[in-house]
This record gives sequence, C-alpha cells and structure tokens, in this order.
Amino acid sequence: MSETVLESPKETRYLLDPAARRSRMIRRTVLLAVGLIATFLLPWMIYPPVAMDIAAWALFAISVDLLLGYTGLLSFGHAAFWGSSAYVTGLIAIKSGLPFPVAILGGMLAAMIIAVPIGWLSVRRAGIYFAMVTLAFAQMIYFVANQWKDVTGGENGLQGVPSNFFGIKLVESDSFYFYYVAVLLIILGAWAAWRIVHSPFGRVLQSIRDNPARARALGYDVEKYKLAAFVLSAGLAGLAGGVFAISHGFVSLQELDWTTSGKVVLMTVIGGMGTLWGGPVGAALIVLLEDALATSGFDGIGIITGSIFIVVVLLFRRGIWGTATLLIEKARKAIVSRKRS
Amino acid sequence: MTDHLLTASGLTKDFRGFTAVKQVDLSVERGTVHALVGPNGAGKTTLFNLLTGFLTPTSGTITFDGKDITGLQPENIAHLGIARSFQITSLFDNMTALEHLELALASPTGLGLKFWRSERSLEQFHGRALELLDQVGMADHATREVGQFAYGQKRAVELALALALDPQLLLLDEPTAGMGIDDVDRTIELIIRIAAGRTIVFVDHNMHVVGSLANRVTVLQQGQILVEGSYEEVRQDEKVITAYLGQAHA
Repeated sequence: MSETVLESPKETRYLLDPAARRSRMIRRTVLLAVGLIATFLLPWMIYPPVAMDIAAWALFAISVDLLLGYTGLLSFGHAAFWGSSAYVTGLIAIKSGLPFPVAILGGMLAAMIIAVPIGWLSVRRAGIYFAMVTLAFAQMIYFVANQWKDVTGGENGLQGVPSNFFGIKLVESDSFYFYYVAVLLIILGAWAAWRIVHSPFGRVLQSIRDNPARARALGYDVEKYKLAAFVLSAGLAGLAGGVFAISHGFVSLQELDWTTSGKVVLMTVIGGMGTLWGGPVGAALIVLLEDALATSGFDGIGIITGSIFIVVVLLFRRGIWGTATLLIEKARKAIVSRKRS
Repeated sequence: MTDHLLTASGLTKDFRGFTAVKQVDLSVERGTVHALVGPNGAGKTTLFNLLTGFLTPTSGTITFDGKDITGLQPENIAHLGIARSFQITSLFDNMTALEHLELALASPTGLGLKFWRSERSLEQFHGRALELLDQVGMADHATREVGQFAYGQKRAVELALALALDPQLLLLDEPTAGMGIDDVDRTIELIIRIAAGRTIVFVDHNMHVVGSLANRVTVLQQGQILVEGSYEEVRQDEKVITAYLGQAHA
C-alpha cells in the first residue's frame, strides 16, 4: 500500500554532470535570493504582524512537508507540536522574562520531547492509520491543555506573553522591527529543513517514502528513520509555534485545535508537497486570503480555502509550486531543444 | 561433515488457518547454488520472506552461520550478511542507478542517520558503486534514473544492489521472471560470475535457469518439501513429474 495519500512530485536529485550541477546551483541561488528578498520586503508591503504570521505558518508547513512530501507520512496532529511549543514558549517568557529566542528554544525542545513517545507509537502504522493515531494524540493534548487551567489558562488562554529582547525597546514593542529578529529564527528553521532533505538522511527518507520494504532489505531500520524524521519535524513545527506565540503576545487553545493541524496540511498540499518551497507559498496564500476575507467582514473563509484545496487536489496534484516548476522546466527544455535544431 | 551456512528446521508459517509453509527443513551448504522450485503457491516466496525476516515464522528456527536469526528484523538480517532481491522489481524509480548503489553501500556505515551532513558525503561510495554496476554491465547507465530502464536493466540493478551489501548469502527471488531469452542467458552468466565465493539460494520457474545454475534443487509443493537432490535427480523424480503435470492438467 502506498503511504502517501496524494501523489508526491518527483524531484531529480543531484547529478554527476558538472554542467547540470552548475545550472542547478545557479537556479537554487536565484531562488534563494528571491525568497530572501521577498522575506525581507514583506513587512514593507503588508501589515507586519500578518507578515510574521505568514513566516511562522510557512515554517510550520515546511515541517509538515518534511514528513508528507519527503517521508510519505501524513500527520494529522501537528498542532500538538505547534501548540505545545506555543504554550511552553509563552510560559517561559511570562515566568522567567528571558529573551524571547530562549523561550522559543524551550518551546521547541518541549515539542521534540513530546514527539518522541507520540512518534514512537505512530510510526508503526502506515497511511490513514498513521494520520488517525497522530490526530488522536493531538486531541489528547488539546484535552489536557483545556483541563489544566492553572497552567494554561484553559479557555482564556495565556495572556500577556512578553517579547523581551535584551531591553531593546524597538524590537520589543514595534512589530516591524520584531519581525526582522524573529524571521531569522524562521530562516534558520527553513535552512535546517533544507539541510535535512539534502543529507544522506534525507536520501534514506525518500527511499523509505518510495519503497519501504526495499529500504529495509538494504539494512535501513525504517521505523527508526521515520521516528527521527517525526521528531525533527516536530522541532520545526515547535519553532514556528513559538514564534507565533511571541508575535501574538498570547496563546489560545486554537493553537492545539485539530483545525490547525488541518490548515497546515492544506497549506502544504496547496503549495506543493516534496518541494520545501511549496509550504511557504501555501502559507502566504492562505494567510493573506484569511486576512483579506476577515477585514472585508466575510466569515465563510472555510468555503474559499476548501474550494481551493479541492481544485488543487483534482487539477494540480503537484500544488502551486510543483506545477509552476514543472511548467518552467518544460519551457526551458523546449527552448533548449529549439536552440539545438 | 558438510558446512551449512543456512539451516531452517521445522519452519512453519500459518496465515489464519492457511499453512503456506509447513515443517520445512532446509540446509544450504556454504559455497553452493541452491534452487527452490515448485508450482505457484508452493510457498517459495513465503519461505524467502521467512528467511529474510519479512515474515515471522509461526514455529521453527532459522540458523545462519551458527547464529539463531529466527524473528530478527529484515534490516538486522541484512546487516548479518543475507541480501535479497525481490520477485517484483523493487527500485526507487526517481533515483539514478548510482544513487541506489550509494544508498546500499552507505547502509552499514551509519551515514544514513547523519541529517546534518551534505548528501555529497555519499560520493565517497562512487568508486565501489561504479565497480558493482560494471559487474552487472550497467556502468554506462550509472547516472540515469532507473525509472527509464528496460526490465532486464532493472533486474541487473537489483543484483548489483544485493551485491553491494557484500552478503555471504544471496537470496534471489525469480531473477529471470518476465525476461526474454537473451536477457535470461545474460542473467545466468551474470549469476555464475557473482556466485564465486558466495552462497546463493534462488527461486525460478525456468528449468533452463535451474539446470544451468543449481548444484542442489529443493522442490516445494503446498508448503512442504517434496524432493531434494541434484538437478538430474530431481528432474527424473516421479513425484516431481506428477506434481508439475498434475498442476498442468488441473
């Protein structure tokens, strides 16, 4: 049985041919430059807190892509890691008053620690069963947070999360400058995801995604690799959730809700699985859309995002990014062959 | 005394009432090529899956090189020195042949868990990977994605992958299944070449292949061993003839 729910795009990995390698290097550098410029210009173009939301959701979607696109595991409970980290980050920031990156680091570690038992139990299942087990655990964590009012504030959430940053008032109170500090953490997280995907470990993950039995026959302990990927992914989701908590200044139960898990999967699939860039594209689209619809007073956001999801799944299985790169690649090949003839 | 690399005794696999493999005693002598034959559903692939840990036996034991390997996981069995190929070609379509070999060669080194290193660290295996691909006649296609390969070429990569683990025991599940006559002969030559210094157990329906390769043949029928002997002995055995004709007439 195939473990991916949706067809994942096949990326051609590294090539021996030096010319091909160089052209790929150039393409990657250009992409990276465009991505970084867009990231740095974002708060000039839109309201900075919304820019921050896009960045946080982008990393969250990347963390899901690491599992869904590169390992073939659909987690339907990633809110557990995003939300737990948000709470732990918020609590550390409130109780200790430490600089916010330290609080986020604490939240991220908490998410990874929680991911060990959850991952250990869920990677033994494949396909829809994996998704259901992760959902069940996420619901358990939601329930605990809801009941444990002394710590989490229950339905009121955690209020007044400070964004302390070494007493630098500009960063602490101006969301525009805050963005530039916090987004560095997001970029660090995205870089880590890129490193993981393009490592020997990433290669093994992709072999597991494509053919788990073969990977085992080659001597790879598939469950161990899946668990490692799960914990790393939870760490990235936690990093994103921590940034989100600090940026908003409060943490609500919404961060642990199953709809949050669903939303991030939606972003990943719309943007394009197994591409890394797809997550940020999907996140930007959904966050901007929600923002635009909310400010216009329209409250049927779900209908719009749901429709986009259906269209993408039915017509563009590779997602926005996957489809775009496919078309560019086709165009490039057409130009090359025309030049030759 | 003969030196047995692999011994299965009383091996039984029960699938909810259906016994696919029943009380099989199999001994494979070190350095020989041993064929498993039998009609469809005789339990050959189940036996392979038991020997390589993909299935856990209901009862019985498996000993490899003096160690009890019953119930071990496939990845651990692979590390002990048993490599297998699959009946249905089972490769990673969007990886190049070279990348397949790198993955196999990296397996015992633990490099695979290093998520902080560049995938270029896998290039240290290029030399050995190319040698192995050369052995199976695929060196010229090293950097092509296997998804584009013809069937026989894929089978050759399968063999190279199994060899990459430098196994003491090689288990080949229908290495010539679905091949044209030219590919079959080429594969026979290839297996003869790689058999030197190794022990091989293979399943095949093609009697030409069995006759050309096997020192010893075990015939399975309905999960049990019907006959075991040299190819000549087995070929003339009345029980075997009935089993095959019986199946043909059924």
